[in-house]
Amino acid sequence: MNKRVVNKRVVNKRVVRIGRLRPFAFGVLALALLLAAWEAYRNWVGPWLGTERDVGKVLGFKLLPRANDLAMPSVFDMGREFGKPEIRGSSTSVFEAVVAHTFNSLKLAVAALILGTIVGIGAAILMARFRVVQRGLMPYLVISQTIPLIALAPLTVTWGGEISIFGFEWQKWTSALVLGAFLSFFPIAVGALRGFNSPDPASLELMDSYAASWWSTWRKLRLPAAIPYLAPAMRLAGSAAVFGVIVSELSGGLTNGVGYLILAYLQEGTSRPAKVFTAVAGTVVLGLLMATLINAADRYFTRNRPRGEFS
Amino acid sequence: MTLAGDALAVEVNGVHKVFNIGRPNRIDALTDVQLQVAAGEFVSLIGPSGCGKSTLLRLIADLLEPTVGTVTVNGKSPRQARLDQDYGMAFQQAGLFEWRSVAKNIELPLELKGWDKAKRHARALEMLELVKLPDRADAMPWQLSGGQQQRIAIARALAAHPLLLLMDEPFGALDEMTREHMQAELLRICAATQTTVVFVTHSIPEAVYLSDRVVVMSPGPGRITSIIPVGLDRSRDEGTREATQFYDKITEVREALRGNVANATDELSGIEDR
Repeated sequence: MNKRVVNKRVVNKRVVRIGRLRPFAFGVLALALLLAAWEAYRNWVGPWLGTERDVGKVLGFKLLPRANDLAMPSVFDMGREFGKPEIRGSSTSVFEAVVAHTFNSLKLAVAALILGTIVGIGAAILMARFRVVQRGLMPYLVISQTIPLIALAPLTVTWGGEISIFGFEWQKWTSALVLGAFLSFFPIAVGALRGFNSPDPASLELMDSYAASWWSTWRKLRLPAAIPYLAPAMRLAGSAAVFGVIVSELSGGLTNGVGYLILAYLQEGTSRPAKVFTAVAGTVVLGLLMATLINAADRYFTRNRPRGEFS
Repeated sequence: MTLAGDALAVEVNGVHKVFNIGRPNRIDALTDVQLQVAAGEFVSLIGPSGCGKSTLLRLIADLLEPTVGTVTVNGKSPRQARLDQDYGMAFQQAGLFEWRSVAKNIELPLELKGWDKAKRHARALEMLELVKLPDRADAMPWQLSGGQQQRIAIARALAAHPLLLLMDEPFGALDEMTREHMQAELLRICAATQTTVVFVTHSIPEAVYLSDRVVVMSPGPGRITSIIPVGLDRSRDEGTREATQFYDKITEVREALRGNVANATDELSGIEDR
């Protein structure tokens, strides 16, 4: 009798654990399928279609990639690359280098997201508080998002050495930080503004009946009401920050970060074609880490709320 | 009509309220309203949609300002009364903040008044005792039924010891059984706290059951057409609902309302009636 109860509890625990791991399990499955498709194409489908030497044509368009080691290195070669030394004779492995550079980019992306969140929420507060600001600022916000980032990245790098704020010299990584923040603040500003304006008129009247100031109303009503709107905004902003940081690492002449690593490893495209994919894997992990961080924050801030409306 | 000798909780004098003044969609929400509510009195405002009953309540609450005329609350301007938190308010939707526990919801007006934490919490527990939900302090609002949420809203309205309670169809969204139960609870709470109540409702039996006087209002333009003293004994119970006098008063209010409808000439729209 006793044993049964114990067993039941164990089973229940396991069910809970699997339930939590389900999204993770599906993610792993999706990745495995992608890698399997990659291998299947380069080993069987490509040779069968005859695309080992030249790209394959579909309806006259060059669409199918070459199925050889140079264009599509084997997944297993990519895996082996992680274990090799970064440069011949070097004591650091590719794995260590990718981890270090990815971590660097993650730090920058998180800092960019925080900066973007502060600026975005600040802008949303101003817009919620003053109608005039909303009318005046919104067009600029929208225009700001139409500027092609890659065009801006080299430009901001040239600011290096020319700008100095309170003794702080503009660095190359500052460009990456600013660009990441620049991309991430927009979804935050829009989401926060919607959230700040989401309380129903009765709640606002209630605060008015207490003679609450605008700030008290913001702190006790508008801000907490905006949290469910901020979670999806943060998800968008998180990937925007990662994108901004990687692109400016790629085009901004940085010597650090996983975006730089892609450029560097691409130089060895002929000698070690699988190497660059280790850096690509780093960007994937970077994106996943960012999403995990944001999900954890979302869960923390909405722990006492009814579930199922937004997330 | 005044109850002689008593202090006045609310005095409304020659009040007109016009929305969209000088524009084609002008609405005369209230015209020439005179109303006096004595301290400790329970007064209901009843009338069809567009009669201005919610507008009148909001004028007393200083959520709106009269176009012409004066409103006095506890001998002060409504603005001052609002700043002093002299009144508490409850709406049709309980309007609890879903991110705050039940106790924290009740503490909201006290936080804004700057009470310290321990005192706030003690008062919240006291109020939960009063509305007979003593063990739900840590519950979240979505874990409560509609009637329980409305009780918490009343507890919140009364937490800061207001002299006046302004209620806008607070039981309008509840089912009939819960509603009658809540009416009895409200009378008990008012008797315990000696609070003056101005109560907006659509329901004739509700108005008669709760009130010392029923103010009958009419639309087009919004105005008071008659004030009916209920004259039932203050200690009302379930038996009251079956008394002949109760039915007579319901008939009287209904006829007063019917007279309004016959007199109402133009259709009014656009006035918020919540």
